[in-house]
Amino acid sequence: MTVESTAARKPRRSAGTKKSPSTKPELVQLLTPQGKRVKNAAYDPYVADITPEELRGLYRDMVLTRRFDAEATSLQRQGELGLWASLLGQEAAQIGSGRALHDDDYVFPTYREHGVAWCRGVDPINLLGMFRGVNNGGWDPGGNNFQLYTIVIGSQTLHATGYAMGVAKDGADSAVIAYFGDGASSQGDVAESFTFSAVYNAPVVFFCQNNQWAISEPTEKQTRVPLYQRAQGYGFPGVRVDGNDVLACLAVTKWALERARSGEGPTLVEAYTYRMGAHTTSDDPTRYRGDEERLAWEAKDPIARLRAYLQVSNHTDDGFFAELEAESEALGRRVREAVRAMPDPDHFAIFEHVYADGHALVDEERAQFAAYQASFADGEGA
Amino acid sequence: MAAEKMALAKAINESLRRALESDPKVLIMGEDVGKLGGVFRVTDGLQKDFGESRVIDTPLAESGIVGTAIGLALRGYRPVVEIQFDGFVFPAYDQIVTQLAKMHARALGKVKLPVVVRIPYGGGIGAVEHHSESPEALFAHVAGLKIVSPSSASDAYWMMQQAIQSDDPVIFFEPKRRYWDKGEVTTEAIPGPLHKARVVREGTDLTLAAYGPMVKLCQEVADAAAEEGRNLEVLDLRSVSPLDFDSIQTSVEKTRRLVVVHEAPVFFGSGAEIAARITERCFYHLEAPVLRVGGYHAPYPPARLEEEYLPGLDRVLDAVDRALAY
Repeated sequence: MTVESTAARKPRRSAGTKKSPSTKPELVQLLTPQGKRVKNAAYDPYVADITPEELRGLYRDMVLTRRFDAEATSLQRQGELGLWASLLGQEAAQIGSGRALHDDDYVFPTYREHGVAWCRGVDPINLLGMFRGVNNGGWDPGGNNFQLYTIVIGSQTLHATGYAMGVAKDGADSAVIAYFGDGASSQGDVAESFTFSAVYNAPVVFFCQNNQWAISEPTEKQTRVPLYQRAQGYGFPGVRVDGNDVLACLAVTKWALERARSGEGPTLVEAYTYRMGAHTTSDDPTRYRGDEERLAWEAKDPIARLRAYLQVSNHTDDGFFAELEAESEALGRRVREAVRAMPDPDHFAIFEHVYADGHALVDEERAQFAAYQASFADGEGA
Repeated sequence: MAAEKMALAKAINESLRRALESDPKVLIMGEDVGKLGGVFRVTDGLQKDFGESRVIDTPLAESGIVGTAIGLALRGYRPVVEIQFDGFVFPAYDQIVTQLAKMHARALGKVKLPVVVRIPYGGGIGAVEHHSESPEALFAHVAGLKIVSPSSASDAYWMMQQAIQSDDPVIFFEPKRRYWDKGEVTTEAIPGPLHKARVVREGTDLTLAAYGPMVKLCQEVADAAAEEGRNLEVLDLRSVSPLDFDSIQTSVEKTRRLVVVHEAPVFFGSGAEIAARITERCFYHLEAPVLRVGGYHAPYPPARLEEEYLPGLDRVLDAVDRALAY
């Protein structure tokens, strides 16, 4: 991925600055569920030069992300993780958008963006610390331009907007992407982030994965209009894309990021997808939804459709799939072993990093805690 | 400007100006902070001199102000945001408590959040509802935040400098009823530590501990008590989190009596924490229980009742009498 650098943020007359390709209430789709490539004059240019190798790369990303996700679910069932929020079914939305990013773009995720983290080069093992309960995140957000997972729904959309305001102030040629879900779309912070980003023309893409369910509440409990249409009221474009079509997600996100980078402000992308699993491992979806819906979405599986397309296009051979299968199993093993070997944090970690410049009370309580612990050690020794 | 007499609001203005001049990453954000200069004119003239990209009029959305300030801080900026009045901070409470306070720890120290949240607070100006509150304890309960409140123009100037330089988020409570009180500000002075209390009047019979708007009242109380032959010490706490318990302890070991005064409700107020800790630290020195004077467990009353609600000279003197009677 190359990064173009320009000194000033001014609109460029390029493919990326054409007028909004679509505001019609229909899904942008480049691959049908059966894996057939369909033409789309507005978005085809964004994937026109994609190579067979890149297509195989997208497939590999989705397969490995799903494998990692399945392993994490298993590890929760085995008691190695306290909780897991599965992304099953949302691989295309995350890989497509994640691979549209440049290295110097910045990502503000929710707690389910394992596929985006993968694209950013965050070691999947690092994602598991918070779910095992050894930290609350802990990776270096600046290391991969991937902010920590945010659990309070929608908060990160404002952080993304502020960060993007900073990018604009710096005159930098990069963009910011904020992930959130259909449930978060009801939060005031999301509405405020739309307002702020529009008013300040911030280079941010709002990437909403509408997976149809906010734990037990269907999208109808959040909105009376298609979510992407909300953007219009704030004065920027919104697009609904087939969230199970990795190619379409890649193209639409590239378009939106290009708008941001060229000074055209925010865009809302609604990736229409489905949460195939439970909200988290603590959730029981059989209490609020039936199999029929899930089966209908299973027929639109993001991985199966790209596989079909790759095969029809003769972009792959059996060797590719076999190698990927082996790589996938190796990843599962590595995750399993790493999680089981993950040590509990030192007790004094409670008092670490509460403040950057220190705080007298934290010092006092740390000393009290140390004395208390030492009193046990003495007792045992006596 | 070496030493100049100026109002507390002007001292903050001068401090913000100095910060904007000396660090290009410092930003001012808030409602009406630009052309208007803020409803109290604390940011007067700053947008004119530093431009709209550094002194930013924001939409009327407090969560948005703090939330975007967090994002700007992650990008390397040092935002100083204004919440127009104390009672309007609550839409931002979520961002302050769940994000601003915790993000440094969540990242295991790998990010810093040098954000200052300025809040004009407290009563005594005859305002309408939500314009006279003292919510400092609601923030002091949250680890990750630092909370300070100056009582004088000089402190306002220097504590703002130090708050902006802090790599931790600081909630800066400005005593709005003292905005127009003038004091000497020496811009070349070397300030003491931000979170250290200061004895503003030495005494032997009892310690009055306060911060922000109540320091002046406590000095008046000490003057009145002196006429009755009582020699009170007045301690300006300056910082609510961390609290300088060492200085309170030193004072109480000398005077053996402590009365804590704040405008905020007494119940679960900072006085409760001070009373508990000082009782622990000074149990054998105390001649009387630590007494508290503050607001009541009732909504802040309409302006014509606020004199009854707020600690005043007589109410603090009454507490002094009770403490001395033990």
